[in-house]
This record gives sequence, C-alpha cells and structure tokens, in this order.
Amino acid sequence: MDNQMKQQYNDYVKQKQPQPALVKNLLWAFVVGGLICDVGQFVINASVSFGFNKEEASTIGVVVMIFLGAFLTGLGVYDQIGKRAGAGSIVPITGFANSIVSPAMEFKREGYVFGVAAKMFVLAGPVLVYGIATSVIIGIIYGIFS
Amino acid sequence: MDYVKAFVTGGAICVIGQILMDKTNLTPAHVLVFFVTAGAVLTAVGIYEPIVQFGGAGATIPLTGFGYSLAKGAIKEVQTAGLIGALTGGVKSTAGGIAAAVVFGYSMAVLFNPKSKK
Repeated sequence: MDNQMKQQYNDYVKQKQPQPALVKNLLWAFVVGGLICDVGQFVINASVSFGFNKEEASTIGVVVMIFLGAFLTGLGVYDQIGKRAGAGSIVPITGFANSIVSPAMEFKREGYVFGVAAKMFVLAGPVLVYGIATSVIIGIIYGIFS
Repeated sequence: MDYVKAFVTGGAICVIGQILMDKTNLTPAHVLVFFVTAGAVLTAVGIYEPIVQFGGAGATIPLTGFGYSLAKGAIKEVQTAGLIGALTGGVKSTAGGIAAAVVFGYSMAVLFNPKSKK
C-alpha cells in the first residue's frame, strides 16, 4: 500500500516535471556554438592575413574571444544569449570567460581580494586544475614511453 | 569553406555538451571540466589533431581546444626539453589565454556591475 502510493506519487512528480525540449535545445546549442566558433575563425583568418603565423593567430583568436566573452558578460548580454543557447554559450572559450566574470561581479561587495579575485576562479579554477594536471600526466607518460 | 567547417565542428561539440547537460545531471561546471580533460586525452591519443585540422576554430575555440593546447604543449616540450617539459609545456602553450582570462576577467568584473535579475 505504502509502496504503491510512493510509486504513484513518483509517477505524478515525473509527469509534472518540466521536460527540457531536447531537440530545440540541441538546435540552439548547435547554431550559437557554431556562430561563436565562426567569429573565432574570422579573427584567426584576419590575424593570418596580417602576417601572423598559424600558432600566433590561434592564440590571438583565443585572446580576442576571451575578451569578447568577458565584455559581453559585463554588459549583461552574454547571459541573455546563454538563456537560450545553453551549452552553445557554455562550451566555447567565451563561456569560460563568462564563468570568470559572472561570479567575480556578483561578489564584488565582499572586496577586491576575497570577492572579485577569489570568486573569479569558482568555476574556472576546476577547469585549470583538471586541464593542467591532465596535461602534466600526458607529458610524463609521453616522456617515459618515447 | 573555413567558416562552414568551423560552424559544423563547433556546433557539434556544443551539441555534445547540451546532451550531457540535458540527459545527465551534470552541471555546467562539470561539463567544462569534462570537456577540457576530454580534449587533452583525445589529443594525447591522436584523435583531436585531425579534428583541429578539419574544423579550425570550430575545434580550438570550444573548451576541448584548451585541453588540446595543454596536451599538445606538454608533448612538444617533452620532445625538446625532456621530462621537465611535462610541467612547463602545457601552461606555456596556453599562457596567452590564461593571462587574458585573468586580466580581462578581473577588469570587466571591476568595471561592470551585475544586471538586476528580472
């Protein structure tokens, strides 16, 4: 009896939970993510035509995209894009910049050390920790086996 | 043609992220960590380089591209400087991006205030 009611209740909850419109979300993520990468491609192509080599151009592309992501977050535009785009605005490097500026801005009243500077890395910190640690492990493995 | 390839590649990577967010209970933070790690590992096993050759910015601008730069830098530095390169290579090759994130992130956060939530 008790179990049956639990089951019924669980079914009811499941039914009432908002189902994310998956196809629509995927389409938004694809289009916005693709467009952001195209902006990056434009910056890279422009850098190459100004005489930078491929590697420098790639760095310039990343730097410009980080600037744009941070600036648009400051203006409040990026979060508007993010409402629709989901992963399309989170996965590109502009989303990384967004994850730095958003909490830093939010916690400004806690000061410039423990507020802005510390909170900048609430999300970006884990990315750097896992990314850099993985690269070190890869380097060591490569060094040993080559 | 560059732009079509970048669009499709970047869009596809973001779609994978969206599926992870919708179909599992991963938060955006988990997705970001997963992508950077996946990018580094895929680079190490030689899968990501062809994707970069094909997709250009479509592969380097998503966070997997950050992992790609980290891993590629570490491997390259090990080749030239030996084992110590494992510690220096990754950060060296991504130094521009990391410094930009710190400087732009900090200055924008100081310059702007959060918009009131509606």
